[in-house]
Amino acid sequence: MKNLILTEIETLIVGSLGIVSFISFFVGGVVAIQTALNMENPLLPRNLMGFATRQSVILEFAPTFISVIMAGKVGSYITSSIGTMRVTEQIDALEVMGINTYNYLIFPKIIALLFYPFVITIAMFLGIFGGYTACVYGGFSSSAEFIEGIQLDFIPFHVTYSFVKTFLFALLLATIPSYHGFYLRGGALDVGKASTTSFVWTSVTIIIVNYIVTQILLT
Amino acid sequence: MIEAKQIHKSFGKTTVLKGVSATFDQGKTNLIIGQSGSGKTVFLKCLLGLFDIDKGEILYNQKGLHEMSPQERIQLRQDVGMVFQGSALFDSMTVEENIMFPMQMLTNKSVEEIRERAHVVIKRVNLIDADTKMPSEISGGMQKRVAIARAIVMNPKYLFCDEPNSGLDPKTAILIDNLIQEITEEYQITTVINTHDMNSVMEIGEKIIFLENGQKAWEGNKEEIFTTDNQSVGNFVYSSELFKKVRVAYLNKQV
Repeated sequence: MKNLILTEIETLIVGSLGIVSFISFFVGGVVAIQTALNMENPLLPRNLMGFATRQSVILEFAPTFISVIMAGKVGSYITSSIGTMRVTEQIDALEVMGINTYNYLIFPKIIALLFYPFVITIAMFLGIFGGYTACVYGGFSSSAEFIEGIQLDFIPFHVTYSFVKTFLFALLLATIPSYHGFYLRGGALDVGKASTTSFVWTSVTIIIVNYIVTQILLT
Repeated sequence: MIEAKQIHKSFGKTTVLKGVSATFDQGKTNLIIGQSGSGKTVFLKCLLGLFDIDKGEILYNQKGLHEMSPQERIQLRQDVGMVFQGSALFDSMTVEENIMFPMQMLTNKSVEEIRERAHVVIKRVNLIDADTKMPSEISGGMQKRVAIARAIVMNPKYLFCDEPNSGLDPKTAILIDNLIQEITEEYQITTVINTHDMNSVMEIGEKIIFLENGQKAWEGNKEEIFTTDNQSVGNFVYSSELFKKVRVAYLNKQV
């Protein structure tokens, strides 16, 4: 079981760091540039760019946007890998051997995705760092102004809120795609269909849970 | 020995098995034959407990499958080996890892003991030099051998094979059939084989059950199949000119 969990951590968590880092850095940069370009009033302080980037990245971009991307990357992988095992009778083979298939196939994925907040932490850091790089090297604000903006009116509960969401999204990312793969019926074409359906349902559920959690925790 | 008594199974409004009864003897190759859609695979999966039956009884050595406690069912599972139609090998594992897998999951043996046992069965099914290869790197016939090796590695009392030689050339198919028969006799296993391959029937059919539209239409052995006057069996088995000639030759020889 330990080996299975470590393998899943490597595949689902470590294997996602590259794409998450890439997207976070550049989207953080775009958020900062968009903020800078929309600040036409000279009375607005330049540290607003750091502030806006921090708020956007921590509250929504890192936990929600990245989770929707992960629904495509990790979710499709989970559905297609379990679904392929279903259509090629590998799950039947496990059941005939007397192996608990839920325990063997799904449980390690749930445990591995408990490390998902680690991915989101990196996304938060790189998103803000991308914003900093874009602002400072793009000539929109100075380094001191951006850092001042990052620290401005910081509410630690926003980070808690963000990680509560992340934890719930991690459970959704593990369970919904696993369900679609495990109860798949049909052949190779149905594996593709199930992956798409799983992505759609995981994304929809993430967005709905995001709304409910925001309503409960931030209002 | 496995006994199936009046097995009924439906999926929604479709009734697949309509009261099938059969006995599968120890140390024999028991064949279930019938056209596609006759209920062979469903019957096999019911025997394995992969499908819950609607009505009837399945007995493993006089013990009812549905009366067994969860612990007894787990124990029974360890006494069962299964060769699937598509081999069902774990494609992320090598040949050796596939064969070692049941022992790794279900026993407390050391890695050395497991590897040693795996190599005994690898040798038994003539798979030497393939143990480090992935399933995708070996031929269909070799995949079947790996599946057989994985099925017998735990010394099962019961071996189930779902169309073990489908998709194989006639020579390899006969090799696989003979391998299953040899293993059945050697280890005194109760073997149940689903097939619609007439070569298998003629080669290893020590006991044959013919299913038609979810019902047992005939029962006998490979000699009796030549002499039966059952219309359904005749239409199925002797649908090709070749087998018609084989039958005529057999009957003439008897006369």
